[in-house]
Amino acid sequence: MNGTAFSLFLLIVIATLFITYFAAKRTKNANQFYTAGGGLTGWQNGLAISGDFMSASSFLGIVGGVALTGFDGLYLLLGALVSYLVVMYLVAEPLRNLGKYTLADMITARFDRKKVRGFAALNTLTISIFYMLAQLVGAGVLIKLLLGFEFTTSLIIVGVLMTVYVLFGGMTATSWVQIIKAGLLIAGTFVLFILVLSKFNFNIMTIFEQAKQASPLGDAFLNPGLRHSGLDAISLNIGLLLGAAGLPHVLIRFFTVQDAKVARKSVTVATWVISIFYVMAIFLGLGATVLVGTGTIIDANPAGNMTAPLLAKTLGGNFMFAFISAVAFATILAVVAGIVLSGASAFAHDFYNEILRGGKATEKEQVRAARIAAISVSVISIIIALFVKDLNVAFLGALALTLAASANLPVILYTIYWRKFNTTGAVTSMIVGLFGTIILVFLSPNVWDPEGHAIFVGKALFPLSSPGIVSIPLGFIAGYLGTVLSRKKDDSKARNEAYDKILVQSNLGKDA
Amino acid sequence: MDDNKKYSQIVQTVEFQQLLKAKKRFIVPAIIFIAAFFIFLPIMTTYSTVLNKPLIGPITWAWFLAFLQFIMTWTMAGLYSNKAAKFDHLSDQIKTKRPGKHDGAKEVNDL
Repeated sequence: MNGTAFSLFLLIVIATLFITYFAAKRTKNANQFYTAGGGLTGWQNGLAISGDFMSASSFLGIVGGVALTGFDGLYLLLGALVSYLVVMYLVAEPLRNLGKYTLADMITARFDRKKVRGFAALNTLTISIFYMLAQLVGAGVLIKLLLGFEFTTSLIIVGVLMTVYVLFGGMTATSWVQIIKAGLLIAGTFVLFILVLSKFNFNIMTIFEQAKQASPLGDAFLNPGLRHSGLDAISLNIGLLLGAAGLPHVLIRFFTVQDAKVARKSVTVATWVISIFYVMAIFLGLGATVLVGTGTIIDANPAGNMTAPLLAKTLGGNFMFAFISAVAFATILAVVAGIVLSGASAFAHDFYNEILRGGKATEKEQVRAARIAAISVSVISIIIALFVKDLNVAFLGALALTLAASANLPVILYTIYWRKFNTTGAVTSMIVGLFGTIILVFLSPNVWDPEGHAIFVGKALFPLSSPGIVSIPLGFIAGYLGTVLSRKKDDSKARNEAYDKILVQSNLGKDA
Repeated sequence: MDDNKKYSQIVQTVEFQQLLKAKKRFIVPAIIFIAAFFIFLPIMTTYSTVLNKPLIGPITWAWFLAFLQFIMTWTMAGLYSNKAAKFDHLSDQIKTKRPGKHDGAKEVNDL
């Protein structure tokens, strides 16, 4: 292993443990544990939200994707970019106004039923575990490439650190690790971006021209259709566009600010930060095609994950390589810690405190439950990750997003905007969205392949790898049908009043 | 007074209805535009090759439209901040003039 990389890696571990130490002093009750006391500023929370989208797989994956497949590398990035607008326009402010600690809090603000909360928490847990597995398996491979640790060692290091952050520092530590990582990653990307541009005399046309010539794909490199094609490309894009607005670990970030205005500021800051980051990442990818070369990139890792570190090495020598590798490691830690927290809050707040204890657990019991849940979520996901490490699970991240769009987004939007929506509709929408997506993926080419490139050998019954174009409408239709088919006349007045309350609070805030 | 009745009365005020209508008039067309603008690119790149035509030098229409997604995002984010500040103003008015008595709900704001 490279000495500079190892020193920087240690430095990051020590710095994050310091953050956790100070955060731990401030994490004494449930509110501080789940939401950092609601005291983050718009800038801080905005950086943390954008940090959630700069996962190792998106940073290394986008740069590598553009370097190897040109235009098709943009797909993942454009969907994530525009998804911020969906969050901004439809979800951020009402969510902040209605919720407390979890997504289920927001939905049960309208339907105060244990089963609604139970299914909402189940969705959060399922999505969090799938998302976590995608991150962990990717992390194991990446850390091996970057720092030379074995897969199992890497996973245990990541597992211990993410548990420690959440366990002791709750949302405060999780947010600050994310904020600092976002700052480091943007700074590192910016330096590389300027270095790349300087190699091309700051002429964008030259970069495109030379990338096209350098790529073995020639003209096809700059044209769409290399990696994604047909209905699957459109389905993937729909899932990306709508997924962010239903991702639990992103949505709980809106509870860390004091009101809807700051929530709005956060998502505005996040949109600017992530868009500038993406623009830079595109040019890093194009630059790497010329400066590093497709052959070298594929030799290091066929999926192109080593593109950004290799580009750093070419442009800034060993130190830059070590820096980008260490920051990629920090990125993994920051993102998984957020997912642990969202899973733990669904477990401890929704299942334990609200359902089991009827909302009557003391602050001390709540924090203890949250800590036990954090350990459980971490241990369970690490164990599953060790079992699935040899399977090709690259689709799990996209699956988590599609699940979020199919199982969470319909119920979120109906709860806020549809007067006639009822408990049955909420439950059917969540169940059909969740299981519909999982079943479609289980029948898809991700799992079945006639030549044995997937988990099982055989022909896939469902033709698309990304089920979004079917599963998202399913979630919405199920919510609609569940509502209209179960409608009774008798209690419509009470229901109308309950919705009036949601309408007032989502628009004016809880104090109205 | 019954807590939930209080909310129903706020909902029935002219000001609150105006706020809802103003939000709807802005958000619904905006989100349809955003979704349509976004999905136009993958639909075009999937089912046609017309965007492969060069626009300026090596840059094709597809790349131009991809960068236009960034411009669109920045514009729509700015537009939202702007509009939201106006909605805040309307919300603040409703909160300060909140109806306390049972006939207060029917108060009409003569504009």
